Amino acid sequence: MTHPLQQAETTAIREARRVMEVCNACRYCEGYCAVFPAMELRRRFSGGDLHYLANLCHSCRSCYYACQYAAPHPFDLNPPRALADVRAETYQQFAWPAGFARLLSRNGVVVSLVTSLSIALLLLLAALLVSPQNLLGIHTGSGAFYAVVPYQAMVYPAAAILLFGIAAMVIGFRRFWALSDHSLFTRHAWIQALKDVATLRYLGNDGPGCSYPDMAFSNTRRYFHQWVMYGFILCFAATAVATLYDHLFHWQAPYDYLSIPVVLGTLGGIGLMIGCGGLFWLKFIADPVPGAPGMLGMDVAFILLLFAVALSGLILLALRETSAMGLLLVVHLGFVLGFFLLLPYSKFVHAVYRLAALIRYAIEQRKAPEARAE
Amino acid sequence: MANLDCDYDVLVVGGGNAALCAAISAAEDGASVLVAESAPREERGGNSRHVRNLRVMHDQPTQELTDSYGEEEYWDDLMRVTSGETDKDLARITIRKSEEAARWMAARGVRFQASLGGTLSLSRTNPFFLGGGKALLNTWYENAERLGVTLAYHTEITELDIRDGHFIAARGSSRGAPCTLRAKSLILASGGFESNIDWLKEAWGASAENFIIRGTPYNRGKLLREMLDHDAQAIGKPNQCHAVAVDARAPKYDAGIVTRVDCVPFSIVVNREAERFYDEGEDFWPKRYAIWGRLVAQQPDQIAYALIDAKSSELFMPTLFPPEQADSIEELADKLQLDPLKLRETVGAFNRSIKGAAFDPAVLDNCTTSGLTPAKTHWARPLDSPPYFAYPLRPGITFTYLGVKVNAMARVLNSGGTAFGNIFAAGEIMAGNILGKGYLAGIGMTIGTVFGRIAGANAAACAKTTVVNNRTQ
Repeated sequence: MTHPLQQAETTAIREARRVMEVCNACRYCEGYCAVFPAMELRRRFSGGDLHYLANLCHSCRSCYYACQYAAPHPFDLNPPRALADVRAETYQQFAWPAGFARLLSRNGVVVSLVTSLSIALLLLLAALLVSPQNLLGIHTGSGAFYAVVPYQAMVYPAAAILLFGIAAMVIGFRRFWALSDHSLFTRHAWIQALKDVATLRYLGNDGPGCSYPDMAFSNTRRYFHQWVMYGFILCFAATAVATLYDHLFHWQAPYDYLSIPVVLGTLGGIGLMIGCGGLFWLKFIADPVPGAPGMLGMDVAFILLLFAVALSGLILLALRETSAMGLLLVVHLGFVLGFFLLLPYSKFVHAVYRLAALIRYAIEQRKAPEARAE
Repeated sequence: MANLDCDYDVLVVGGGNAALCAAISAAEDGASVLVAESAPREERGGNSRHVRNLRVMHDQPTQELTDSYGEEEYWDDLMRVTSGETDKDLARITIRKSEEAARWMAARGVRFQASLGGTLSLSRTNPFFLGGGKALLNTWYENAERLGVTLAYHTEITELDIRDGHFIAARGSSRGAPCTLRAKSLILASGGFESNIDWLKEAWGASAENFIIRGTPYNRGKLLREMLDHDAQAIGKPNQCHAVAVDARAPKYDAGIVTRVDCVPFSIVVNREAERFYDEGEDFWPKRYAIWGRLVAQQPDQIAYALIDAKSSELFMPTLFPPEQADSIEELADKLQLDPLKLRETVGAFNRSIKGAAFDPAVLDNCTTSGLTPAKTHWARPLDSPPYFAYPLRPGITFTYLGVKVNAMARVLNSGGTAFGNIFAAGEIMAGNILGKGYLAGIGMTIGTVFGRIAGANAAACAKTTVVNNRTQ
């Protein structure tokens, strides 16, 4: 397999280089985000540099609206779009195995739905094979879910899918990190990067927010994104606690409405629905010019799939004591497993590469504040 | 679409910083305001699109500025660069109101940042606009829209109806259709005439054809000419313009900051005859770049070439265009279409004349030539490390100085020194009152903001008096 950067240079890389070379001669935007100070440490931009800069860009779009060289100027600069086009290539070229990444770059919504529903169908078949009468029955109390989908059918595929996804993303992260010469294990940089992630600093612009969905500064997108991120973290925590309950204490789901896993999961699910709903709405009213049309399918697929995970989970919670529980359970598990199976090839990976880029940025900025190319 | 038919209190002609400061001030004072901007919306804002800072007096460090920059130091700087060619009363107003002007901007959502990378020399005196001039303009236009100011883009005024020193109406075209705009008072903030090549030729002759205009193609000086024809008193010399050396490959208009070439102090600069013509190392580049436009303009064909070698290739800001590159001086001459022998001789004479001293780009290092005319007095190092690089240079015109005389209320004066009743001016069209010659980084924006506000407030007040007068009649 050839390393991503040994392949021939793409149009997106060449355009991003052209844009960065103009930006580096201008620098008016250096106060907006991390991209420009990182750019200023360089006079020339290798393909690897451009993948790094592209993933530092949060597509806040402030630079586009501030750009004296945006169309109709003949230089026709559009940094957020140029960098988003490179990011789309990062997600493909650094993914492992690379071929899978092409799955979601087109027809993302269809692929996500087909995958999730296929898994649901498999689970449904498993349930029918084991005990058809249980599927439409009413089950309550400890172990009720396993009465429909047997323990082995639920836990082993889920564990395998999750471990595969994590492994694939770790490989992607390491391949991306290999672009830099720095040690990954740099404490101050991790602390800084995680802070920047936790607050979504680069969509905040030190307060007023970013130029999204239009030129006026707003924190709307930043807040919706954090609903998604913290919602996801809560849901993940709910699953982790439930796993401990099950395997350590042998307390089997479903759990009480006021138990830790259910409270975390409910809050997380609501957060995901608010956040995904908000981001979806913003996508449709956003100014398309600084956006990347090539990324839209991937974005929408990810938002919809995550929304479906949350919605199916909350409906399952509401109706778990009715005869609909069996079907709702297989549908919810289908979306959850589909989500995790597609995780390393979905928009989720933006978090992987952006974290790596932010860590690298923190290292570079501390190492060479005086090495700025002037 | 903007309603151009009603009778406004204030008509502002122009769409840059001064125009919008005036429009916002007038609207905040309760006036109905119409802004006539000759560019379409996407290109609005004149040369303010390309600016990045203003010069502000301050007694103590601020969030964006280090140390202090007092009134007297500011004054001395202005006197030094203009050699006293300034209206001292207006200069005092500009300086004293600069601090308040920056606060006024910030209160309306303009965001500042510390000086940009590569501009350390301004970190004490000039706060920078976050994102630059276009971000500033976006904030101004948002303010104007919120205040109900009517914005007429693509609306160019070419003719003023002035009777007995009193503005009646403005004529021109809006989106291609003829229009007549009426208002009780008029603010001219329509910039200079630097993009009017024919006018530049009146002062510079045919060589103006080879000038590159760094800013908007819309500053054609129509209203400046119109006001001078209406007996407004001229200020500033018609052949004065701020000209820097820019990359000769730049587009004719509107390339702004990125075509600058900062390598001159580390280079030798030759003309079409492959001869040097000025001391490239006279002083630090921020103190010298503004004379190089004129120097290049005086060379045959208005072209020059800055030559460096590999040693110096990264000592200056990255450039928009890559340099011409060659492994020998002769090959470089070929690429530049210069006489190779002559260039070899010029470089050889320069290399032989260098006295040994420790090269240091951070100080005036006295690395100098001896017995060479013209001398290079600092940063002189032999060109002997291939590859050799060359940047072609042309004069890049930033702004012109010719304008209309105003008083402290920003009222335009006629040749007899009497004020027009209801005509005000702000920005580049009157900046020559304060900056008669020379250049002080950021003062153009300070003048635009300070006098934009003065013009806006007085034009609004003037419109109100007109109403009262009409009612009493």
